[in-house]
Amino acid sequence: MEMNGAQVLLACLEANGVEVVFGYPGGAVLPIYDALRGSRLRHILVRCEQGAAHAANGYARVAGKPGVCIATSGPGATNLVTGIANAYMDSIPLVLITGQVATSLVGTDAFQEVDITGITIPITKHNYLVKDPAEIPVVVHEAFHIAATGRPGPVLIDIPRDVQEAVCPVTDLSPGVTIKGYKLTVKGHPSQIRHAVKLINAAVRPVVMVGGGVIQAQAAPELFELATRCNLPVATTLMGVGAFPETHPLALGLMGTHGTLYANRAVSQADLLIGIGVRFGDRATGDVKNFAPAAKIIHVDIDPAEIGKNANIDVPIVGDAKTVLAEINEKAAVVPREEWMAQVMAWKKAAALKYDQGRLTAPYIIEMLGDLTRDQAWVATDVGQHQLWTALFYKFVRPGSLITSGGLGCMGYGLPAANGVQVARPGDLVLLITGDGSLQMTLAELATARQERLPLKIILFNNNCLGMVRQLQHFYREERYFGVDLTGNPSFAALAGAYGLKAYRITTRQEAGPVLRAALAEPGPVLVEVVVDAADLLFPTVLNGTNLEAAVQYGGEPAKKE
Amino acid sequence: MRHTLSVMVENKPGILTRVAGLFSRRGYNIESLAVGETENPAFSRMTIVVDGDDRVIEQLTKQLHKLINVHKIQDITHEQTVKRELILFKVNSDTNTRSEIMQIVEIFRARIVDLSRNSMIVEATGDQSKLDAIETALRPYGLRELARTGLIAMVRGSK
Repeated sequence: MEMNGAQVLLACLEANGVEVVFGYPGGAVLPIYDALRGSRLRHILVRCEQGAAHAANGYARVAGKPGVCIATSGPGATNLVTGIANAYMDSIPLVLITGQVATSLVGTDAFQEVDITGITIPITKHNYLVKDPAEIPVVVHEAFHIAATGRPGPVLIDIPRDVQEAVCPVTDLSPGVTIKGYKLTVKGHPSQIRHAVKLINAAVRPVVMVGGGVIQAQAAPELFELATRCNLPVATTLMGVGAFPETHPLALGLMGTHGTLYANRAVSQADLLIGIGVRFGDRATGDVKNFAPAAKIIHVDIDPAEIGKNANIDVPIVGDAKTVLAEINEKAAVVPREEWMAQVMAWKKAAALKYDQGRLTAPYIIEMLGDLTRDQAWVATDVGQHQLWTALFYKFVRPGSLITSGGLGCMGYGLPAANGVQVARPGDLVLLITGDGSLQMTLAELATARQERLPLKIILFNNNCLGMVRQLQHFYREERYFGVDLTGNPSFAALAGAYGLKAYRITTRQEAGPVLRAALAEPGPVLVEVVVDAADLLFPTVLNGTNLEAAVQYGGEPAKKE
Repeated sequence: MRHTLSVMVENKPGILTRVAGLFSRRGYNIESLAVGETENPAFSRMTIVVDGDDRVIEQLTKQLHKLINVHKIQDITHEQTVKRELILFKVNSDTNTRSEIMQIVEIFRARIVDLSRNSMIVEATGDQSKLDAIETALRPYGLRELARTGLIAMVRGSK
C-alpha cells in the first residue's frame, strides 16, 4: 500500500504506543489532519496550542509515556513554545509535531513561516526538521526514544507540508533506534555507591532531598525502604512532592524558599544530604552558598550535567534513581539515630504549619481537600500562592499525584494540564486547584473539557488579585501595590454555567465542608469558587538574601535561630 | 585558563547553531571556533578555544555531551598537540615601508600574497603566540583588515 508522509507519521506514532494526540489544525498540517480523520488515534482539539502542550504534559505525567501534540506552522508552533519550555524545565517527555511551509518556501518568510527548530533549540532535548519523507520513521522513533529515556524532555519534529504529502517509500515502520551521540548511564558507579553507603551508615544527622527524578524513575518504593529502614528524614522539592508520603513521621514536606521550617532546619543542620533526582534549583536551596553548610552531599541523578552544576558535590552518582536506590538499599545498615529522630520530631512539632483559624482561607480548604481526596485524586495546580499552599497543606501521599509547573512557574498550566490528566485517567478524580489570575490565562480550555466531557473538579481561589505578585510587592516594595488588581474578573459562576460546569461558591468556613463534599460527589464537571482575601500572605517565605532557616513564618516573624 | 576542546559532531545543518547557542546561553565565552569536515564526511570537527576554570570546563563539556549530534569531546589542552591558525593581514605599505614589512614577513616565515600601490596582504600560519607577535609587529604600519580562521589542533602521535 502506498502511504504519504502524514500517514507514515501517524503509523509511526501508533507504533510508539500513542493513543491520544492534542492538537490544533491549520494550513501546514492539513495532510496530517486528513490522515488523522481515518486513524485510530484520538484527537483532542484544544483551543490554543499552548493548551495542547500543557495537556500533553499532564497526560504524560500520569500516563507514564510521552504526550503528543500537533500544531500548524508559524503561530501554531510559537504558541507551543511556553508549553515546550515548561516541559523542558520539569523534564516531561513530549513529542511535538509541527507543520512547516513547503520546502520550496522555507527561508523566504512565507505566510505562517517561523524557524521553529531554531526557536526551540534551547528548550527541547532535541529537534528535527524533516526534509525527506523517507526519514520519518527513523526520526519519529528516535524522537520517542530521546523524549522518554534518560532525563526525559520535549522533542520537536518539524515537517514541511510537501513532505507530509509526498508518497513515501515505506520499508519499515518500526526501525530500531541507534543514536551514536546519545548514551545513558543507568547503573551507578560501584565505588561511588560504596562511598555513599559508608557516609549514610556513619551519618549522625542525615536528610534525604527528593526531587521529580524519583517520581519519574518510579523509585518511590525504593526511597520509602531506604528512609524507613535507615531512619532518614525526607524533604522534597516542589517536583518531588508526593514521592514520600507526607503523612509519615519521617516526612519533612516541602523544602526551600516556601518550605516548612522543619525541612529547612533539618537540611541546614544536616551532616549528610542525599539528593536524589534533584537539580539543586534556587527555589529549593535559597542562597546556594549558604545551603546545607555542614553537610557532605551525595547527588544521584540521571543527568551528569546536573551534578556539580549548582551545588558542590562530595559523592556524585550518575544513574537511574530506582536502580541506584535499590543498590544502596542492599548495603545500607539499619541505624537508629535516636537523637536525630527526636530532634526532627521536636522541630516538626514546634514549627507545625499554621494559618488563620478565624476565617476562610485557602490553606483551610486545601487541608480539607487533602483529607477528602488524598488517597485517590490527581491534583493539578496553577502557579502562585495557591500552588504552594497546595504543596504545603494537601499532604500528598501518592507519587506523581501533584501535577504542577515547577521550574518554569507557568501560570495557565493548570487547566489544560488537568484536561490531559483526565484524558489519561478517565475514571479517576481529577482536581484543579487554581487562582483567578492563572485560570484566566488559559480559560478557553474549558471548552476543550466540555467537548471531551471531562468531569474536572475545579477549586478556584478568587481574591480578585494576583496574590503572589502582591505578596512580592508587600515584602520587597514596601507595599506599593501595582498591576495586581483583578477586580474586572467575570462572574465565575456565570462563566461555569456558560461552559456547562456546575457552579458552587464558598464564602465562609462553615459552608466549606458541605459544599466541597457536594461538589466532589457530582458526577460531572464542577467549579467551586472560594472567596479569599487578597491580603493573605503565603508562609513560610524565605526573603531574598536570607538563609532557609530565617524564613518568615505565619504571623509575620522570621524564625529564630536554633 | 584557556582550554582547547576538540569536538566531533555530526555533519548536519544547524549543529553550529546548537553548539554556539549553548555557549552563549550558558554564559561561556568562545575565544575561537573553527569547524570543518573530517576524514569521514559524516562528521565535522570543531576546535573550540574557551576560557574558564576546571569547573566551568567540566560543566561545559557535560552540557555539550547532551547535544544529540555531538559524538565525542576531547579536552586537548594538556595533550601534546600541533596547533595552527591561519591569519590574513591587509597592511598599509608604500615604497618607504614595503621593504621593512617584507623583512618582518621573512622573520616570521609568513608570505605576501597580494600587493597594491599602498597595501599588501600578508598570510601567516602558526600557533596563537606567533600570530600575536606578527600582529604586534605589523600593527604600527596600519592594519586595514584582519581575518583569522580560529585555531585547529591535532594530538601528536598515532592515537
